Amino acid sequence: MYDALLAETVTITGHGGDAIEAYSARPLTAGPLGSVVVIHHMPGYDAGTKEMVRRFAAEGFNAVCPNLYTREAPGASPDDASATARALGGVPDERLVGDVAGAAAYLRGLTSSNGRVGTIGHCSGGRQAFLAAAHLELQAAVDCYGAFVTGTVPEGFPLQVQPIGHLAKDLSCPLLGIFGADDQYPSPEAVAELEELMKAAGKEYEFHSYEGAGHGFFAVDRPGYRPQAATDGWAKILDFYRRHLSA
Amino acid sequence: MCTYLTELAEIQGSGKGAAGYLPLTTAMVCVDHPQHAPFEHTVNIDFLNPAMGPSARVAVELTEESALALIDAIRAALAAAPPGLASAPQS
Repeated sequence: MYDALLAETVTITGHGGDAIEAYSARPLTAGPLGSVVVIHHMPGYDAGTKEMVRRFAAEGFNAVCPNLYTREAPGASPDDASATARALGGVPDERLVGDVAGAAAYLRGLTSSNGRVGTIGHCSGGRQAFLAAAHLELQAAVDCYGAFVTGTVPEGFPLQVQPIGHLAKDLSCPLLGIFGADDQYPSPEAVAELEELMKAAGKEYEFHSYEGAGHGFFAVDRPGYRPQAATDGWAKILDFYRRHLSA
Repeated sequence: MCTYLTELAEIQGSGKGAAGYLPLTTAMVCVDHPQHAPFEHTVNIDFLNPAMGPSARVAVELTEESALALIDAIRAALAAAPPGLASAPQS
């Protein structure tokens, strides 16, 4: 089996026509292939996220991750860029949607593309994957333990983001939700609330919650890593994309 | 979780970053995921000089107990020194 792939930094057109940095990985085949926009987590456009982009390419998808902090911190290390973006108030929702739209257009413009694009995000990126799927024409969305899609903001909690569960009715595609049963943000109650909203909106979804896993259990370099949950979660994600992103 | 919580303070002083000492203008404090410390959440303090770019930064990631101990140590040190000794208007 021919399994070569190409991974490289590219420039794509993001929100407002801005040129933004992105990390792209593509199988070196003629296709047609489905594609995935990977949304990096709040700690940044880092090595772990790029590893995920390569994983999707190795599994037969074109993939790209836009650097959401390109504008504030071009060329900076991921941690410095994350701190800079945070000090400036973080990534506005509207800009996130525009950057994911640009990433999806980049993927659909590849000669090997079958035109079908999914998105995935972990943590803050999980919420953003849901947000993007509510505003853009996508074929599959994966929310890995995104906090504040639903849920109640604790009193006195100085959040700069608001829940977006009311957008469930606007989702353009099926949603796969992967959660840790021990997570507090999103809590099992918040996940149940999201499920009710999906049902009420008549949207296609599948949720999986892993016992013994808390927040961030996919991250291999953090103490919350749960190998069994992460391995099964990856299998669920790839199966979901193979079903929804095939031509 | 990503808490999105961010507190900013204007500061005056210097810090030693990757490229040596730099003047600092901003302190940012958040309780969120660390980059390096082996915990899911920490108190992250960034001393910044935004005008000098993203790399003009001194970063620490502390447990809650450590952050509170640091606050106590700062207060104890200031209380032991003559009032105003380290304040900005110095002759």
